[in-house]
Amino acid sequence: MVATPEKGVAAAAPAIHTVDLTKRFGSTEALAGLSMTVPRGEIFGFLGPNGAGKTTSVKLLLGLLRPTSGEAWLLGEPIGDLATRRRIGYLPELFRYQGWLDAREVLALHCELAPLPRSTWKEEITAALETVGLSERADDRVSTYSKGMQQRLGLAAALVGKPELVFLDEPTSALDPVGRHDVREIIRGLSARGTAVFLNSHLLSEVEQVCDRVAVVDHGRVIASGTMDELLSGTAVKVRVSGLDDSALTKLAAFGPLDDEGEHLTFTKLDIERVPELVSTIVALGGRVYEVAPRHQTLEDRFLQLLHEEEK
Amino acid sequence: MPPILVFARLTVQESSRRRLLLALVILTLLVVGFSAWGFNKITTVTRSDGTLLPPDQVSLITSQLLIVITFMYSGVLALSAAVVAGPLISSEVESGLLLSMLARPVRRSEVVIGKWLGLAILVTIYAAGSAALELTAVNWATGYEAPHPIELVLYVAAEGLALLSLGLLLSTRLSGITGGVIALVAWLMAWIAGVVGDIGTGLQNSALQNVGTISHLLLPTDGLWRGAVYAMEPDVILTALRAAGTAGRANPFSAVDPPPTAFLAWVVVWFGLMLTLSIWSFRTREI
Repeated sequence: MVATPEKGVAAAAPAIHTVDLTKRFGSTEALAGLSMTVPRGEIFGFLGPNGAGKTTSVKLLLGLLRPTSGEAWLLGEPIGDLATRRRIGYLPELFRYQGWLDAREVLALHCELAPLPRSTWKEEITAALETVGLSERADDRVSTYSKGMQQRLGLAAALVGKPELVFLDEPTSALDPVGRHDVREIIRGLSARGTAVFLNSHLLSEVEQVCDRVAVVDHGRVIASGTMDELLSGTAVKVRVSGLDDSALTKLAAFGPLDDEGEHLTFTKLDIERVPELVSTIVALGGRVYEVAPRHQTLEDRFLQLLHEEEK
Repeated sequence: MPPILVFARLTVQESSRRRLLLALVILTLLVVGFSAWGFNKITTVTRSDGTLLPPDQVSLITSQLLIVITFMYSGVLALSAAVVAGPLISSEVESGLLLSMLARPVRRSEVVIGKWLGLAILVTIYAAGSAALELTAVNWATGYEAPHPIELVLYVAAEGLALLSLGLLLSTRLSGITGGVIALVAWLMAWIAGVVGDIGTGLQNSALQNVGTISHLLLPTDGLWRGAVYAMEPDVILTALRAAGTAGRANPFSAVDPPPTAFLAWVVVWFGLMLTLSIWSFRTREI
């Protein structure tokens, strides 16, 4: 059961709180009753396959789309409240900035729209550029930037004004491994200073490394949510095997969700006590077992398991 | 700076940095230069008896040529306004450029009004600047002075602003190319409808006259153009046209009377309607 934030408690209110948030585009249900709470200062991962409703959720929360039904609050205020947007940063999935401005000018524009006192702009802009590693190219036109640099600029724009809540929609989609590492550090830094981060991503390893809590969304519904420990309590078993045909693989479905990667089969949720039974079944089906490796579930295992269960 | 002025400044800045202003300035200077040379040639034309044209005839010819040249300027302004306004909002929505800005404490009405204001400043400056240059060049070349230069600038600028307003409205929903093309076609249709209305006047056919009147109400560009023409007509031409009766009114490059006050009042209302519709359309658009 979720409670509606009361007036006067906005300062203590969660960063995000939604109740049955729904969005339909014609006959398509993009979001089907999203209810969730993101506490202040937490890094919240919002996971899902393409088209699951992740970006729709972010746009609803930011007031770029109107919900079909349901309610939501950001920092204790109803979504769409203009004053609240002063305290929010946003890096869109589709990021593009004025190519005819340089990075400093783009950030000055965001300082102006935020709006921040002019006396703070220089410090804000310098700090944001430093954080995302763009200081050396700050005076170049954005049109000369690579896609990755534009994404860094977008991240810098989301950081100006020291927001209390930051929405990052696929923040590393254009970045190389070094850039991804940098973004993880930035996200951890934001959390350390008390900023809540809503991280929208399908890069599971990235989410696993930084998020305190995650929600998995599919077909517009949250199919699982909780802390990383709560979600990843099971065991996965990876088996290196050959000699199994399609009918044999079908019979192995009795051991739970199966991720078939050719020679490697991963049973994404399998009790370790059932491993001997699994091996003997594979052998009985004509398979040759080379390696059996039980391990804690990764987020990818859990994600695939959840989607597999959803399909059933 | 309030968000409206921020978006207005951005619009002007973008046109400047993308060298649109530079291109227009260079082209305008070229046209002014060539036309000044051409107008100067009128003063050197000799009659069959070898004498130069008298000043009255030079003024007469100059006034009519000036109307044709101004038609070109108003065309350039209308085309530019439509082409620039067409993608003004739609391209920024499609590219995602507006997303991060709309997540700031900014009202969508401020985006629409700011962009309109920025482009309106450019249109007005271009109309005033090009008219000042051309009229000065004509005066230098022939000694002719247009009877109502201020009104001329206002009418030509208003015609550009009308196209800008229509383009901006379309830009809140349609892609840049589609919006720009529709605005251009509407401008041409309004002009043709005005010609049809003129023919109706000449033939005293009320159905054809109504086509012109209705088009002036839907898109007042042709009505405003007639105001610009009237501002350039010397008294001697007006007297001749009035003497010609209905036939004198059947010409898209002539205007016997200034636009009626009721029409000018409608133009003000029309601008208000366009901006209101644009704001409503963009506010209700899901991005």
